[in-house]
Amino acid sequence: MTKGHQGHLNGVKMALRILVGCKRVIDYAVKVRVKPDKMGVVTEGVKHSMNPFDEIAVEEAVRMKEKKLASEIIAVSCGPQQCQETLRTALAMGLDRGIHVEISGKDYETLQPFHVSKILAKIAEEEKVDIIFLGKQAIDDDCNQTGQMTAALLDWPQATFASKIEKNNGDLMVTREIDGGLETINVKLPCVITSDLRLNEPRYATLPNIMKAKKKPIAKKSPADLGVDVSPRQEVLSVEDPPVREAGSIVQDVDELVSKLKAAGVV
Amino acid sequence: MLSVCRSCFSAIRNRLTIIEHGRGFSAHAAVNEAKEPDTAQLFTQEHKELRRSLGRLIEQDINPYVDEWEEMGQFPAHEVFKKLGQAGFLGVTKPTEYGGLGLDYTYSVAVAEELGHINCGGVPMAIGVQTDMATPALARFGSDELKKQFLEPSIAGDVVACLGVSEAGAGSDVASIKTTAVKKGDDYVINGGKMWTTNGFQADWMCLLANTNEGPPHQNKSLICLPMDAKGINLSKRIDKMGMRCSDTAQIFFEDVHVPQSYVVGEEGQGFTYQMIQFQEERMWAAASILQTLQNIIQATIEYTKERQAFGQPILNNQSVHFRLAELETEVELLRSLLYRTVGLYVQGQDVTKFASMCKLKVGRLGREVADSCLQYWGGMGFTNEVLVSRLYRDFRLISIGGGADEVMLSIICKYMNTLPKMPQKK
Repeated sequence: MTKGHQGHLNGVKMALRILVGCKRVIDYAVKVRVKPDKMGVVTEGVKHSMNPFDEIAVEEAVRMKEKKLASEIIAVSCGPQQCQETLRTALAMGLDRGIHVEISGKDYETLQPFHVSKILAKIAEEEKVDIIFLGKQAIDDDCNQTGQMTAALLDWPQATFASKIEKNNGDLMVTREIDGGLETINVKLPCVITSDLRLNEPRYATLPNIMKAKKKPIAKKSPADLGVDVSPRQEVLSVEDPPVREAGSIVQDVDELVSKLKAAGVV
Repeated sequence: MLSVCRSCFSAIRNRLTIIEHGRGFSAHAAVNEAKEPDTAQLFTQEHKELRRSLGRLIEQDINPYVDEWEEMGQFPAHEVFKKLGQAGFLGVTKPTEYGGLGLDYTYSVAVAEELGHINCGGVPMAIGVQTDMATPALARFGSDELKKQFLEPSIAGDVVACLGVSEAGAGSDVASIKTTAVKKGDDYVINGGKMWTTNGFQADWMCLLANTNEGPPHQNKSLICLPMDAKGINLSKRIDKMGMRCSDTAQIFFEDVHVPQSYVVGEEGQGFTYQMIQFQEERMWAAASILQTLQNIIQATIEYTKERQAFGQPILNNQSVHFRLAELETEVELLRSLLYRTVGLYVQGQDVTKFASMCKLKVGRLGREVADSCLQYWGGMGFTNEVLVSRLYRDFRLISIGGGADEVMLSIICKYMNTLPKMPQKK
């Protein structure tokens, strides 16, 4: 696979080109409801915002630009027309321009990380980027696959669940959150990085930047323009609400608790 | 709001005459001839983004501390304003030369609405004083030098402003204020006092209304930018209030306070007229700032009554409860529609005195109604200081009093309906 365009990686000066994925998801504060036909969740008239993990990725990219490590940051979002709102949020936070890959209707309902990673890989090649920054997962489908698949498709190194990123000569030193604690790895560029919760605290866009974002360009593309087939690879059979938690009961003392646990066969 | 609390309205007729005269329109034709704005177009993607961003700031830097501030009887205005100023929220409609964004009033409404997410009335009120009550006249009529000195740092959030209009003996009756500013050399020498001054204890400067000449009451007043560290200013009393507890409210005395004559905003003698113009934005702002809060209380009440069981079912299941909440939600949406219509006309440059007064009247009444009705469904919890609904019940009582009492708004509306009886001539 083609290697990305590398900036001046020797020594101090780095002028990296970064692509950041910005997924539009149902806002984290919204109580999600299953559609009556059990084929998905209600999205109409529901507040949406940028996937919080993607927001962390946006913030990290902006910080890299502020530290003069990055030269241009491009936001990309795949989905219906309203994704442009998500892109505007990213632009207001400091990204330079946006790419909206329009996918709507049935195609969007069956869109999977597999399709998105192909789209991201293609754009990364076209735009000659050095880093693809993504959230570790989206809060709607919780897949946690897109970053890994994109790296695989491009044959680039990956640093997932990043909680700290520093430059290390021409490479990046990434601290990752793993089950046992923290792991520090060195990755060569170009690479794919996915952000974990503690990487940073995203800023709120200032009003002057919100107004400036209005003038930043957003290019519109279709999956066909990128030569990506988005036909479904899987079929949704049913979407169910989580089971309702049953009421508990209050016990008088430890003895009663133990006997109840024994009766339930837990101890 | 409190700072311009006007509790009686004997001079309302005079005031209206001035408004009409000053702006040169016929009260009855203005609204009817106006083209109705398309409210769907009132808010754009940028307004939405603005709200999203301000919402984040509130969630991170304001709401977690509100309980503590309420307890202390003061919130750290300098700290909070600096954050808001850095993000650009204190100068939305102000000229760009002084750090503002030069946007139209719809953006101010978007800010005010989002401030409704703050879990108390005191902080939004203090912000409103800074952005929509103490600074509009300065921004519109002040000299370049004055704007550099007072407006620019207010927009940046480096200084806190307060508004000195109301006095112990003159609230709604603005024309009767007694504070004087007498010329002496290059200075004015100020004597008198102000009452109900929001932000008074923390303010760096005051937009002061004072009598600057001996002429008739509507032509003898000026607005003056008064640095609060000037010698002779005495903050005599921190007023203990039933609500808006985290907002400090001062009684202030002036004893031979000197300020340069160049600190007068615009023309000397025009203070009353400027203040009347300034009031329009204040009224729309008042309505906008609590719409969201009202919806939040209704929502919180739904959540609570869904959980709370009585007689074997959630309280919400009683028709008297869910119907009442639906009724209140409807009222809030009606007020929102009136506000948007008013704002749409205002940005077109129409006179909105009648509509803005209706917004202010309705928001005062509805704020009380929603808080009271919801509090009832919280039962004993509603009567404690542990829940938001009781705080808002106390805080919103002010809306019908401050910023022009309900009765003042009614008189203005009557004036426009041609039903206000003539007042006996003053001797």
